[in-house]
Amino acid sequence: MKGKAWKFGDNISTDLICPGRLFHLRSNLPELAKHVLEDADPDFASKMNRGDFVVGGRNFGLGSSREHAPTIIRLAGASAVVASSFARIFFRNCINVGLPAIELDTSGIEQGDELEADPEAGVLKNLTKGTRMNFAPLPSVMRKILDDGGLAEHIKKRGDFELAD
Amino acid sequence: MGQTLSEKILSDKCDGPVKADDFIIARTDVSLAQDGTGPLAVRQFESVGFTSVANPEETLFFLDHAAPSPRRELSNDHIRLRDFAEKYGCRLVDIGEGICHQVAVEDHVKPGDLEVGADSHSCMGGALGAFATGMGSTDVAVAMGLGRTWLRVPRTFKIEVTGEIPRGVQSKDLILCLIGMLGADGATYRALEFHGPVVETMPVSDRLTMANMSVEAGAKTGIFASDEFTRQYLAAHDRERDFKEIRPDPDAEYERVIHINASELVPTVSFPHTVDNTRPIDQVGDIPIQQVFIGSCTNGRLEDLRLAAKMVSGRKRARRTRVIVTPASQRVLRNALDDGTIKALVDFGATVTTPGCGACVGVHGGVLGDGEACLATTNRNFKGRMGNPEAFIYLASPATAAATAITGKITDPRELV
Repeated sequence: MKGKAWKFGDNISTDLICPGRLFHLRSNLPELAKHVLEDADPDFASKMNRGDFVVGGRNFGLGSSREHAPTIIRLAGASAVVASSFARIFFRNCINVGLPAIELDTSGIEQGDELEADPEAGVLKNLTKGTRMNFAPLPSVMRKILDDGGLAEHIKKRGDFELAD
Repeated sequence: MGQTLSEKILSDKCDGPVKADDFIIARTDVSLAQDGTGPLAVRQFESVGFTSVANPEETLFFLDHAAPSPRRELSNDHIRLRDFAEKYGCRLVDIGEGICHQVAVEDHVKPGDLEVGADSHSCMGGALGAFATGMGSTDVAVAMGLGRTWLRVPRTFKIEVTGEIPRGVQSKDLILCLIGMLGADGATYRALEFHGPVVETMPVSDRLTMANMSVEAGAKTGIFASDEFTRQYLAAHDRERDFKEIRPDPDAEYERVIHINASELVPTVSFPHTVDNTRPIDQVGDIPIQQVFIGSCTNGRLEDLRLAAKMVSGRKRARRTRVIVTPASQRVLRNALDDGTIKALVDFGATVTTPGCGACVGVHGGVLGDGEACLATTNRNFKGRMGNPEAFIYLASPATAAATAITGKITDPRELV
């Protein structure tokens, strides 16, 4: 996966990603996706291209458990969310909706940098800066969910969670 | 080595001793979703191909975020949840019956339970001695279908509260102060376990506020040992039989122990736009408030409304400050009607709305105007939270809210109580 970095700050809440005032669009996800991250960057959905990366600082995705937040980031075409740290429920929801969530120090990534990620190898390359960063693999139970394309597909295929490798 | 409350409960849910950092598959006792997360949960439930719900009596759907529905799309979402609950024999908690977390603790959650909810404030159930946590729609849909979920057993921060809470200060101030100390991600992946003489003499209503807001420090749950107060709370809700004593082992291992001297606490306010942006009341300054909101799962209980009513009784609200009061449940509303609380609040000039979440989450019933400031007893003040990214939300206790409603600017309740 390869694309441009869209840089956001610390504490990007699920209200900024998927505002409560658009509550009525939650059963119309393609329409809701046109508003993704609107309250953090009003033009984000129209500016980004498929394959780009959403890059945050600390505690990305704090707040409400609304799974619609990572879902519309995925529907908007982002390859992955990269952040220095994630809020717990958001991180779990990313994997459940099939959106890779990569945790590493993002302080060296700037708006517009070209990034290339290899989740298998646990490597994120910043092609603009010529740097390379490693990130920790997912716990086995989550990796299988992500590999299966999300939790619904995972349970449909395997019938249960699988903790062991 | 002994076990924390979380380790103890989760061991029971997977038939084996577990310790912090273990990955487990655990049986769930209560699962819930509301009208914002439920429609996606039921679509995912059906896409997995489940044909039945594992535990229908304890599988709960709430019409609380848009209640009564202000829009056609949301009315249609309500139809979807009504139909699903009917088809699978789940409980449908209708508009006006209350906020999911409040009704869950009134009617369902027991000490020792594992509760999962498609709503981040599901951690409120921890006040009764349950392991209660918020998840997304698909996780909860799977828990509803399988009766199980996977978890990483959290490490625990022990919060030891000593001293005595001063007059005019509430458990809301205590939890805001703790969140300010820890930061919005200071307890990520951790359980907060509350102990100490202050906690041991604290009524369940106040514990609920603290458990509710644990997620605002990033915690997976906020949990209390069950005790005589828990028993009395359950008895008052006609389910004393659900009581069970649950407490951590004396030699349980805590990652951190944090001491708070309650005697030093003062009324505390979270400034926009993060909950951890707290200030003691004497450092707040002169902040005019256009809307005071008293309600939500955090502070919409009878005790909260009664305190506010007592403080405002015989007065009139500030002319340029509207006041919205939303009881957390129909039971709270009925009790507040019976004891005169609602009349006192209406005489003061408050608008009383249907029990639910609408104002707090920005769906309807209290959306702010551009540039307006609201002082709310709720749990979040993120930009856009109350329906308008151009507005400002300050979080505080019901006492501070009542004092502010009288003067029209953020006011120290100790000047009035």
